[in-house]
Amino acid sequence: MGAAVSSSPARPGGLWLAFSKNRLSWVGLALLAIIIIVAIFAPLIAPYDPLEQNIVARLEPPSAEFLLGTDSYGRDVLSRLIYGTRISLTVGFIAILIAMTIGSMIGILAGYVGGVFDQIVMGLLDVMLSFPTLLLGLMIAAMLGASLENLIIAIAITEIAPFARIARAPTISLKQRDFVEAGRALGFGPVRIMGVHILPNMISDVVVMSSLWMASAIRTEASLSFIGLGVPPPTPTWGSMIREGFENILDAWWLAVFPSLAILLTVLALNLLGDALRDAIDPKLRAE
Amino acid sequence: MTAGNGALEVRNLAKHFTIGGGLFGPEKKLVRAVNDVSFTVPKGTSLGLVGESGCGKSTVARSLLRLIEPDAGSVVFDGIDVRAAKGAALRQLRRRMQIVFQDPYSSLNPRRTIQQALEEPLRVHRLGTAREIAEKIETAITEVGLPKQALDRYPHEFSGGQRQRIGIARALVLDPELIVADEPVSALDVSVQAQILRVLERLRDKRGLSFLFVSHDLGVVRHFCERVCVMYLGRIVEQGVTAEVFDRPLHPYTKLLRDSSPVPDPTARLTLTKIMGEVPSAANPPPGCTFHPRCVRAAGPCMTDIPALNEHDRGRQAACYHPETWPGLQAVAAAG
Amino acid sequence: MQQNQETALDIRGLRTEFKVGGRWYPAVRDLSLDVAENETLAIVGESGSGKSVTALSILRLLPQAGARIGAGEVLFEGRDLTKLSEREMSSVRGNSIAMIFQEPMTSLNPTMTVGEQIAEAITIHRGASQADAMAEALRLLKEVKIPSADSRLHDYPHQFSGGMRQRVMIAMALACRPKVLLADEPTTALDVTIQAQVLMQLDELKEAYGMSVVFITHNLGVVAQIADRVAVMYAGEVVELATVDALFANPAHPYTVALLRTMPRADRATESLEPIPGSVPPVTAMPEGCAYASRCPLKQPSCEDKRPELLPFDGPGHQVRCPVRLEQTRG
Repeated sequence: MGAAVSSSPARPGGLWLAFSKNRLSWVGLALLAIIIIVAIFAPLIAPYDPLEQNIVARLEPPSAEFLLGTDSYGRDVLSRLIYGTRISLTVGFIAILIAMTIGSMIGILAGYVGGVFDQIVMGLLDVMLSFPTLLLGLMIAAMLGASLENLIIAIAITEIAPFARIARAPTISLKQRDFVEAGRALGFGPVRIMGVHILPNMISDVVVMSSLWMASAIRTEASLSFIGLGVPPPTPTWGSMIREGFENILDAWWLAVFPSLAILLTVLALNLLGDALRDAIDPKLRAE
Repeated sequence: MTAGNGALEVRNLAKHFTIGGGLFGPEKKLVRAVNDVSFTVPKGTSLGLVGESGCGKSTVARSLLRLIEPDAGSVVFDGIDVRAAKGAALRQLRRRMQIVFQDPYSSLNPRRTIQQALEEPLRVHRLGTAREIAEKIETAITEVGLPKQALDRYPHEFSGGQRQRIGIARALVLDPELIVADEPVSALDVSVQAQILRVLERLRDKRGLSFLFVSHDLGVVRHFCERVCVMYLGRIVEQGVTAEVFDRPLHPYTKLLRDSSPVPDPTARLTLTKIMGEVPSAANPPPGCTFHPRCVRAAGPCMTDIPALNEHDRGRQAACYHPETWPGLQAVAAAG
Repeated sequence: MQQNQETALDIRGLRTEFKVGGRWYPAVRDLSLDVAENETLAIVGESGSGKSVTALSILRLLPQAGARIGAGEVLFEGRDLTKLSEREMSSVRGNSIAMIFQEPMTSLNPTMTVGEQIAEAITIHRGASQADAMAEALRLLKEVKIPSADSRLHDYPHQFSGGMRQRVMIAMALACRPKVLLADEPTTALDVTIQAQVLMQLDELKEAYGMSVVFITHNLGVVAQIADRVAVMYAGEVVELATVDALFANPAHPYTVALLRTMPRADRATESLEPIPGSVPPVTAMPEGCAYASRCPLKQPSCEDKRPELLPFDGPGHQVRCPVRLEQTRG
């Protein structure tokens, strides 16, 4: 009796199905796939050596020979852009992955434990947040020295605090929901409650934010690289290309515009994916 | 007294909260949410806990399961001291005492299927093989009147009443002996409310479950509970057999509560000449009997001394210096 | 009883529709009700019965997108409210027809004192000066019996308890001396002792102001306390209409009968509750015939073919939408 169950089944395995039903998620996925393929097969795709200087062909506008033009050293912008994808993606992905993991753990723990522990942790994170990202990254990078690994670590540390903040707020409201209380009454341990009952209900907030923070990570990488604390030149990264192009923005617009476009497309792809993922994780939205 | 008889015995339970404090906050204040609360739930019976919002009834319910840690008093279940239990002993107790919540929309994890929600307690407590677990879940879900197909679905696919059934099934899978039901039907339509009460009644009879049934609805409590405790501002002001308490209330507050409860009968319209005031804040309770500012019978010691919960008739207790008198009930003078 | 009184509000054939998956489905189906002057009409039903949608339709407070009044008229002071311009409508709202809701906190502005909020309504609709409006606000707070009203006039909504907030809402609704008060579950969120106070107060104010009250609730106990007449709604239509005494003494529709049997009473023992099996059909899948047929113990094969009409039952003003019951009383 009273058992009229609606007829739209949504099984646990339906996550991928739901994800793939969203048309925009395909756009995001396709974009990101292209970007990743470009990064992996850079040596096969790039028409020139990205480091090869050509004094004769300095600051050439886009043409049939140099599709995206050349820079002030006569290096092919397209080739540099293609190789730059590798650095930017690596730095962005790994740094954000580290920051997201550590940050979410701190945020959930602080929110769930609460009290003095929460106040201390959040106070420390506020101190970190009060430094401009660039300044903090600069300090850490300067301390560690210039290398790709250190760049990733520096960027990851600067992004921990925002992730902890994002993770903490929903944790506090979820902690008061009856199903968390029910879990305690059923004898579940705190690790299980945090991992199984709180994390999946807030991960979408974190994932959606991660795409935005990845853009910030790519920007920080650019700034640090330019200052000389990132990947040392002449290795091409999108960030250093924009900074270099910025100097010649009036005579050679292509230098700054194309790497900016590359960042824009990457961020767009990440945002589309983030949104689609959020909808796919939520069983309520999935049913529609 | 504390032999393993399957009973829940609560003695002098107290819970205080502090509000305010902090560097720039308002002055720190101690709120006595629950004060000197004692009752017993014998095995297989239902005890109702009624009162208005803020009277502390939900705090009592949660303290029993140590979802809130009480500050004083003892909670003994089947001879085991609940407040002293740690680790494995506490886990074992949690298996035997379960809770059903009021809000069916908040009590289930939206990301877990019903199957996952029901399996989880059994897995965590390592009770049985995969097959035994599957059987147990099917039994539980059919016991609450839902089809097995419900297991594959998510909470949002169900109505409020169906979710409440699932919440009950989740409490059942561990084969508990006592269920603390915190307003389990308050959020439901009356026709659905009756369905859920039916389910709970059936379980009580079939499984011999004990219930601590928290509710603000006197009708529901009268229907479901043999005995009742009436709470006002953190204290029990009256207890006894439900029908007797509601038919011949001793405490003026019980009478007010009963007379304010609307009944579906236009010939029995409210004839309250005046209902005075509102429940005072628990942070700033009046001295003496906390009900005295609203009480028509208040006089003498009511303003200064807190009345004790004394026996006034066989099995009837009330905390009042000037209890209501009813023909047939022996009038007991203000017992100090 | 109400025949010799003027009709204050007359709803005729109201049909309110919601858009679900690109199609319009009726949540209120051909509803006709009238409210006499100085009468309290209770509309009782469970969630999904369309009782709140009816109230929102009268004042045209439905969400802009996805909801519409598909048919019918709402006659008030010689005008059809469904045909008024938005501007004309806003001079009716809060002025000659006022509404109070279940959750007073969400209807009050947390950044204004209650005095200012009541005064605002008075200055807008009656064009009074600020000083006069504040004086009137104070009078209203006293009228709804807020203790120490003089000082509370300058308090903010969060400083009031739930019951006091609802009184403030009532004071605000009374500010323009409305002809009709729509009360949508105004006591549901309150404790019983406070509910009793508010109910009695509404009754007194109705007399004092000569208002008509449309009282929407799911609680039959509350209906018995306050109503003169009762409309029982199920699945978007009125299934029974009767005076309060007739409804409780002689309920006609099987749904009304079942509803009364599901309610445990505080004042006497209920042997066994009889739950109503099944659930309300969703708006997207309304059956052809009687909407209650699938849950009804009196169901005849013919019930599923044709939608029954609301027809007179024995007793003045008693109407029921159930051919089986009508047949029984005739035969």
